[in-house]
Amino acid sequence: MHISEGVLSAPVLITGAALTATAVGFGLKKMDYDRIPQVAILSSVFFVASLIHIPIGPASTHLIMNGLTGLLLGLSAFPAILVGLILQAILFQFGGITTLGINTFNMAFPALICFYLFRNGIRHKNPVVISVCAFGSGFTAVFLSSIFVAASLIFSEESFINIAKLVVIAHLPVMIIEGIFTASCIGFLKKVRPEIIGG
Amino acid sequence: MVHETFTYGDSMVHRLDPRIKVIVAIVFSIVIAVADKFSVLLYGLCFSLSLIWIARLSIKKVSFRLMIVNGFILFIWIFLPFTYPGETLFCLGPFNASKEGVIYAALITLKSNAIILASIALLATSSITTLVHVLRHIYVPDKLVHLFFFCFRYIHVIHHEYIRLMNAMKIRCFQPKTNMHTYKTYAYLVGMLLIRSYDRSDRVYHAMLCRGFKGKFWMLDHFSMNRFDIISGTVLFLIIIGLIILQWGQIIT
Repeated sequence: MHISEGVLSAPVLITGAALTATAVGFGLKKMDYDRIPQVAILSSVFFVASLIHIPIGPASTHLIMNGLTGLLLGLSAFPAILVGLILQAILFQFGGITTLGINTFNMAFPALICFYLFRNGIRHKNPVVISVCAFGSGFTAVFLSSIFVAASLIFSEESFINIAKLVVIAHLPVMIIEGIFTASCIGFLKKVRPEIIGG
Repeated sequence: MVHETFTYGDSMVHRLDPRIKVIVAIVFSIVIAVADKFSVLLYGLCFSLSLIWIARLSIKKVSFRLMIVNGFILFIWIFLPFTYPGETLFCLGPFNASKEGVIYAALITLKSNAIILASIALLATSSITTLVHVLRHIYVPDKLVHLFFFCFRYIHVIHHEYIRLMNAMKIRCFQPKTNMHTYKTYAYLVGMLLIRSYDRSDRVYHAMLCRGFKGKFWMLDHFSMNRFDIISGTVLFLIIIGLIILQWGQIIT
């Protein structure tokens, strides 16, 4: 869900960069040095996992996993996602320098929202509640991201409205798959290594 | 997958001081992203193309990269001309394509490609390890640099781990299809990667403590600017200043 270089207007780019800089600064301040290897290695897992292509019907999609990132990393999600996007920009030229701020915000802010909405849910005793909350986190994160991407397009230029609608609609199946994915993944972690998700 | 395709070479661009390359790439991207004159964007594209030419990168690989990145631009060409208000240029069934829409889409295409080409020529021609050093030099927060360095370092390790697990799945006749089983299997795969990397990060941190890690990133090699770096840096910045004057010159005077 990257927005390419040169598409967005200057005010949107500047707002995105400012918001991301603030949030990353805050996230870094809250992250101690002994957490750095953990956060970094988790970001590399998310980077590698985003290369997995998952079939939906005749097409395929790649995982975004910002819901899962949010649940596992909390406030450190902002720096982690920023680092992932910088690497993608340098290695594959997906996104770029000027869109780094807004792209990070569009992915990481939903992750943070999901962390605060669902972090208690996934520590519940009842496995059904855990599944529902994990599904909700995966679904909501992608949903909010697509809404943010659509909003950044519309704020840049009003006639982007059709592309913006298409972005949200095209991500509907992805939301459901991300939900199922996050629910199974959290269920697996809960069974195999419950201390990772706490509780 | 994570190959630094354009990193190795022996051209003027590859030899240039990475600090200059990073700063030029940032300033150039910002100027082009906010510019709105065709002439400026065309000069900008020529600038990027000549950098690619000087770097002697494989044209085939660069154009392949461009094709992938231009997917989003294609969407804009499909939608924008028909939704942008303005005088009609041509009709396609019930839809009217406006002249302003076509101009706007062309503007975006130019911008996007100029920036992408410049970042291939300037950023992708340095290794990531060098770029990490540059980040330290241009005062990016210490913790972020650590994060960036470790993340890149472990992508390769985790990718190997991923391939190993994937092979184990293939041996057991796993075939991805559109069903719950596939999604669950992939979720368990990522879950396994997460658990192993948690353990790994513990081991890595303890190993770092053993070697006296105190939260500082020591730099062993330093950059040095020679006359070639200063001259080419000046030329690159003069060109960018030229672009700025071309774009906003009239407003100032």
